[in-house]
Parts: sequence; C-alpha cells; structure tokens
Amino acid sequence: MTFFEKMMQIDRRWVYLAIGLAVIIPAIIPFNVPVSVSPEVEKIYDFVDSTDTGDYIFISVDYDPASMAELHPMATAIINQAFEKGIKIVFVTLSQFGAGMVEQLTNELATKHNKVVGEDYVFLGYRPYPAITIMAMAVDFRVPFPSDYYGTPLDSLPMMNGIKNFFDVKGVIDITSGNTAEFWLTYGNGRFGFPLAIGITGVMSADYYQYLQSGQLFGIIPGVKGAAEYETLVHYPGAGLDQISYQVIAHAVILLFIIISNVAYFATRRKKSKIGGSI
Amino acid sequence: MKREIPILIVGITGFTMLIQYFIPTGWSEFIFTYAQDWTIVIGILALPLGIWSLVKANVSKLKVPGERFYSSVLLGGFLIMILTCLSRENIRMGSFHMDIFTYVLVPIQATLFSLLAFYVASAAYRAFRARSILATILLLTAFIIMFRFIPLGPISDLNNSVVTWILTIPNMAAKRALWMGIGLGATATAMKIILGIERTYMGHD
Repeated sequence: MTFFEKMMQIDRRWVYLAIGLAVIIPAIIPFNVPVSVSPEVEKIYDFVDSTDTGDYIFISVDYDPASMAELHPMATAIINQAFEKGIKIVFVTLSQFGAGMVEQLTNELATKHNKVVGEDYVFLGYRPYPAITIMAMAVDFRVPFPSDYYGTPLDSLPMMNGIKNFFDVKGVIDITSGNTAEFWLTYGNGRFGFPLAIGITGVMSADYYQYLQSGQLFGIIPGVKGAAEYETLVHYPGAGLDQISYQVIAHAVILLFIIISNVAYFATRRKKSKIGGSI
Repeated sequence: MKREIPILIVGITGFTMLIQYFIPTGWSEFIFTYAQDWTIVIGILALPLGIWSLVKANVSKLKVPGERFYSSVLLGGFLIMILTCLSRENIRMGSFHMDIFTYVLVPIQATLFSLLAFYVASAAYRAFRARSILATILLLTAFIIMFRFIPLGPISDLNNSVVTWILTIPNMAAKRALWMGIGLGATATAMKIILGIERTYMGHD
C-alpha cells in the first residue's frame, strides 16, 4: 500500500488527534493574531457609538449554552460599549435557555459598570413563539411582557417610562445561534422597519450576508472572528481575541487535511486509471 | 358536526387574523393581542400534556434494565430543576437553580457542541474531494469563502471582493428562490387549512 493509499484510508482518530492538538497547543503557548476589522462589524460599533447617552437599544439574546463560546464574547463587547456610553438596554430572549445567558451577562457587566436593573437596563424575559412575540412587542412591550423577568411590572420600572415599543429604541441587535434571525428579519425589520443587526455563529454567516446588500441588516458580527473584531474596536480584549488563536491553528489543520485528501485522491485515481480500475 | 364546527372555527379565526394583519388599526391590535393571549393559553394547556407524556414514557423505562440509568437521570434532573425553581428568587444568579444551570447544563451543552469540531474535520477530510465538476466548484467556493472568514482573512482585497460577490449575488438569488418557494408553499397550505380543504390536522375519528 502506497503512502497516498494509506492517506485515503486514514483512521479518523488521527484527524481527531490533530484537531485536539491544534486546540490544546495555542492554549499552552498563547500568541496574538492580527485582526482586521470588517465593515459589517464596524457598522454595529458605529451604531452603538453614535447612540446618545440615555437613549435605548434593544438586544435579543437568542442563544443557549451550546453556542455561548462563540456568542458570549460579542454580547459582552456590545454591552460593555453600551454601558460605558450610558446607553439604556432592553434585553429579551426568544431562546428557552437564553434567560440564563442574559443573567450571566447582566450579573457580570452591570456590576462592573455599576448599572441598576430597572434604571439602566431591563430584562423582559423569555416567551415562546418568536414571530408572535416580536409582533406583540411592536405593539407594546407590555403585551407579551406585562412584568419583567424578575416579576416587577414594567410600568413600575423608571427606565420604562415613556418607552412603548420598537419605535422608541434606536435599533435592535439580535445575537442568535438559531433561526430567530429569520423571525426578526421577517416580522421585525420587514414589517415595522426598525434598524436591525445580528450577531451569529460562524457557520451561519453565509446565510445572512445577502441581507446586508438588501439593506435589511445594517451590520453582522460573524462568530469568534467578528467578536474579536468588536473587542478590538471597543478596546475590551476578551474571550473573542483569546479564542481566535485556537481557530487559526484549527482552520489551518482542516485546510491541510482537505489538501492532503485531494492530493491523495488524485494520486490514487491516476494509479487506478493506469491499471484499468474504475473510480 | 364533529368535523364541521372545528373547520368553521379554523376558517373564521384564519380569515380574521389574515385581515387584521393588513389593517393596522386599534381594533386589529386588540384582535391580535386577544389571539396572542389565546395562543399562550393553548401553549400552557399543552405543557402538562408534554410533561405527562415525558414522565410516563420514562417511568415505564425504569423497568427496562438497559434504559433504567438514563431514565432515572432524566427524571432526577427534571425533578431537581422544577423543585429548585419554585420561587422567583431562584432565577437569579447565585441561587442553587442557577448554579445547576451554570455548572451542569452549560458545560454539558458546550462539550457536546465542541465535539462538532472533530466531526467537521473528519467529514471535511472525507467529503471535500474534487470527484466531479460540481464537487470541484463546491470545493473551490468553500476555499475562497474560508479564506475570507478565517481569523487571518480576508487574505487579499480580491478575495474579499469575490466573496462579497458570491454571497450577495448567486447566494442571494438561491436563497430568495428558496424562501419564495417556501413562502408560496406555506401560503397555499394555510389557505387550504383555512378553507377546510386540508383536514389532516384534525386526525382520524
């Protein structure tokens, strides 16, 4: 059996080992990766940056612990920027485990920036049926959420005075690992026309870039790379910049495997053709 | 009457919701809010049914030796999460309920998801081969797009321009065609249900 034939039948455990090492080695020997900021990420930064102190933004945290490694860093960076600017944030979640994610974020970042629930931020909570919830919030946040996540009636929260629905916030940022972005696009931006941006996992990127061109989204933060770009912009180095070094090596290993696989495939095919074999 | 009354309810509700969607007035907002309350009520009524079904299925599995362990873990976790969240105070960080969430559920989900990296690498090694012209186009496109989205990307201005073109022109055309097809199919199915042509949702007698 030639080298290429062996490569064609390589045991998958060698692939697993290579990926494992690609993730472990940068953790042991950390290194910095130069990050170039994409326009679609910068637009979200500019949007938050241009929002005045005391104005409102709306953040939908629609992911669960499975995706938090990718999405928590970007959510953290956006919230850091908004809290530092004195922007008030309305949080909601359309994911069943999202409430825990918002709790983690607000517990850490509100304490860090001395922000008070009900005065500087509000967490509306979770409701099922994303389309219905989004359309109901467009009528009034109080329709699907008469009280916040902690049971306090919205009308008794100082921050909610004079704020009724999406038309009272500067824009919506949906950080999601599922299909809720489709609901926000269709029933939110599509029907009510408010500015919408999304933060998504890396694998979802190709599905949503076309909405930038159509103007339905004003920005996208794609995966860990996007999070690292945002952290660079807000000067808050965090998990995004840490993880990107792991990704560089892991991506390089995967690309190398694909190249080896194709070289081996063509080499063995040529050999089979010479001896009259079929492929 | 067993079939006619449900069809009548579905028809009237469907047409009312259809009309209110396109007429943004006070009364249409009222109808929408009222219908949403109903949806939540129906959801709440369906919840005990789901819980009953889950518990019943797993209690019966407790008698099966091979299944006993998994079912007891599921039922144990189910009961613990309910019992630790009976008070609203327990949904805040630092409570026992949130500790379980943070130190049990989060690592479990994160671990399972991170295993994907190994499967993706193995699948890419076996599947991404230029076996035909279409597979070669797919492979080249994947490479070009990967070089744009890897942490060190885009590797050049040309790479950035090509990826932008791929994502916003052919990709958008394909996606729009797909979504329009799905939209038309969903509309046709909804109309069939509202008009009482499609009745399978009622089940059999």
